[in-house]
Amino acid sequence: MNIGTRKILDRSFTAVGIGSIIVMAVALMIVVVPIITNGIGAVFFTGTVEHRKMLFSEFKRGDSEGLSSEVASSERYRAKVYEMLTGFEAELETMAPEKKAEYKSKYAQVRAALQALLGPLPGDSAPMLTRFKYGQTRWEKAEEKLHDFLYESKWDNSNPDVMSKEYFVSRAISFQGTSLVKLFPYVKNNLEYMLLPEFTVYWGFITDSSVDSHFFGGIWPEIQGTFFLAVGAMLFAFPLGVVAAVYFTEYARPGFLNSMLRSANSTLAGVPSIVFGMFGLAFFINTMKVSESKSVIAGALTLAIMILPTIIRAAEEAILAVPKTYREASLSLGSTKWNTIATVILPAALPGILTGGVISLGRAAGETAPIIFTAAVSVGSAIGLADVFSSPTPALSWNIYNLASEHEAASQIRHVQYGMVLALVSIVLMLNLSAIVLRARISKKLKG
Amino acid sequence: MDARESSGSAPAQKATRDIYLPPERRKISGGDTTHISAKEFSIYYGEFEAVKRVSADILSKYVTAIIGPSGCGKSTFLRAINRMNDLIPSCHTTGALLFDGQDIYGKFTDEVLLRKKIGMVFQKPNPFPKSIFDNIAYGPRLHGVNDKKKLMEIVERSLKKAAIWDEVCDRLDKNALGLSGGQQQRLCVARTLAVEPEVLLLDEPTSALDPKATAKIEDLIQELRGSYTIMIVTHNMQQASRVSDSTMFFYEGVLVEHASTAQLFTNPKDTMTEDYITGRFS
Ligand SMILES: Nc1ncnc2c1ncn2[C@@H]1O[C@H](COP(=O)(O)OP(=O)(O)OP(=O)(O)O)[C@@H](O)[C@H]1O
Ligand SMILES: [Mg+2]
Repeated sequence: MNIGTRKILDRSFTAVGIGSIIVMAVALMIVVVPIITNGIGAVFFTGTVEHRKMLFSEFKRGDSEGLSSEVASSERYRAKVYEMLTGFEAELETMAPEKKAEYKSKYAQVRAALQALLGPLPGDSAPMLTRFKYGQTRWEKAEEKLHDFLYESKWDNSNPDVMSKEYFVSRAISFQGTSLVKLFPYVKNNLEYMLLPEFTVYWGFITDSSVDSHFFGGIWPEIQGTFFLAVGAMLFAFPLGVVAAVYFTEYARPGFLNSMLRSANSTLAGVPSIVFGMFGLAFFINTMKVSESKSVIAGALTLAIMILPTIIRAAEEAILAVPKTYREASLSLGSTKWNTIATVILPAALPGILTGGVISLGRAAGETAPIIFTAAVSVGSAIGLADVFSSPTPALSWNIYNLASEHEAASQIRHVQYGMVLALVSIVLMLNLSAIVLRARISKKLKG
Repeated sequence: MDARESSGSAPAQKATRDIYLPPERRKISGGDTTHISAKEFSIYYGEFEAVKRVSADILSKYVTAIIGPSGCGKSTFLRAINRMNDLIPSCHTTGALLFDGQDIYGKFTDEVLLRKKIGMVFQKPNPFPKSIFDNIAYGPRLHGVNDKKKLMEIVERSLKKAAIWDEVCDRLDKNALGLSGGQQQRLCVARTLAVEPEVLLLDEPTSALDPKATAKIEDLIQELRGSYTIMIVTHNMQQASRVSDSTMFFYEGVLVEHASTAQLFTNPKDTMTEDYITGRFS
């Protein structure tokens, strides 16, 4: 091969290499950027006076004087709205019966839209659910609700050959000729004064419990649950995995049983996580009865079984990678096998073992399927350390799934869902990062 | 020849040892004791006989060199003495190999205790990825010395014996892997000496070193001669003739000739030995 072709080959390899790295980076950006931008919105957003009211009455947070002056100022603008409503209600009574019936249903819609925007209106009975006690707490949501208030959504299915299309009809037009027609421009122009949006940093999203199934408040119970489950799984799986790896590499005699055990271990690493979930339910809860029903301990054990093969394999590889010369040196000094393993082999293999451990920890934190039947509940408060043996817990992975698919008002609280995703991704990234740092530090210490 | 005298002047040790030995084995020449003794000793890797029916006596406190072409079984024989070959599952032995008259491969031999008495330095320096201090203190700690002051004493003594104290005394807490190859090798010697073995096995200890470092190791062997039984494998004829009292020549697993170094290098009995030491084959 002459120099020319060799150079071309080298260059094209470099180009392909750089190209694939760029593709990977772009793919990562496409995944991570929306997670970050959406997730950040759970903490940093434009909050309304409703948000501050909610914080004050649900969490006793905020300064009461400032709040009451804010509320007073917003009520001044709202008073006009209430006035118009009572005016129209009086007008309704004077209408002809069929006209009255028509307007009454439309008026009910207007009222509902207003309630969504501003919270309970005068004359409403006190709502049962916390979510109805307040108007829109986030300004971008308020703008959406304003649209719902101004326009009635209708579906055009005149053409049976195509899908029905949504279109909007201005409510102001339907109330043409009544006193209520003035309400729409008024609300549109004065919404800002009624809701007083301002930039809000809500760290409570991380540290608060949720109120009314994630309508308000934060995700602390989920974060804590994830932490308990992942760390609990680690407490079982890590020592067990390292001991098993030491057995496989140092003590097991090569033979049929040993190779069977190893291939069983490899197979286990590839089993879908839902299978572990079912196993956890069947074995830990139904057979072993580690707890009455779902509990943190059952979930942690199930996750431990799931990550055990990975830990064993990582530890095995790390141990096998320790130079044979260390072992020889130690034994030749009159060390026992066990002592050699404990004082020379394991310390030298530690970076690899820890990396495997932390990656498994990240996996345990992120898995949903194994905890569905064993540990996770959709809504709950943060549990104490003493309760891990008896009570289930909310956890990030499961609650993300739950919010996305099963929550009755999923579309209302997308920001919570994204916030949870961001929290989970950050936790896993942080774990992996700490693995890298830890590994680098120990390796540096070992290399001198 | 002072070494011979000094070893001869350790009657107490000799007396205890002689009890284990049959009378005809007690003395080879000039009142020396046999420390290690092979009788029809063979070493196999699976079916392959790497060392063939070797019979030899290694004298106490002497330096014995092992020479021979590559692959002739020098390392295998050396590693058999402190049972390092136990790490190779296919390896097994026949015949007898005695240390102080006791069978090294005997059923009741404690190989851990044996290795404490028979230290080994390997071809490639292999310090632990720990500090210099911890490297040296590893053996003593293992054998129950935990007192910090006492450990420091042992570390200093061992490093001084291995002629490396001056180079490392101000950085005992630094990682041993930061030392040069020659320093690492002397550190390994010091580490072995810290356990206070009776026998020192050296497998080509200078093959990875430059001439200067090699000279230091050779000086070291001269220093230690008379206090330890030393066996050194080497490919370097000059080295063998410089440092050793007696020399063993192996060829394809067979111990061809075993004689005093002076005799083996000036007046070999076997033509194969002659060919080898004159460099006619390698
Ligand atoms: N672990 C092993 N398994 C099987 N055969 C081995 C093993 N180690 C060494 N041998 C074989 O045993 C014979 C002797 O090897 P040994 O390492 O003792 O030679 P040596 O004299 O030390 O050579 P060198 O001078 O190259 O170090 C060689 O033929 C070698 O191939
Ligand atoms: Mg060799």
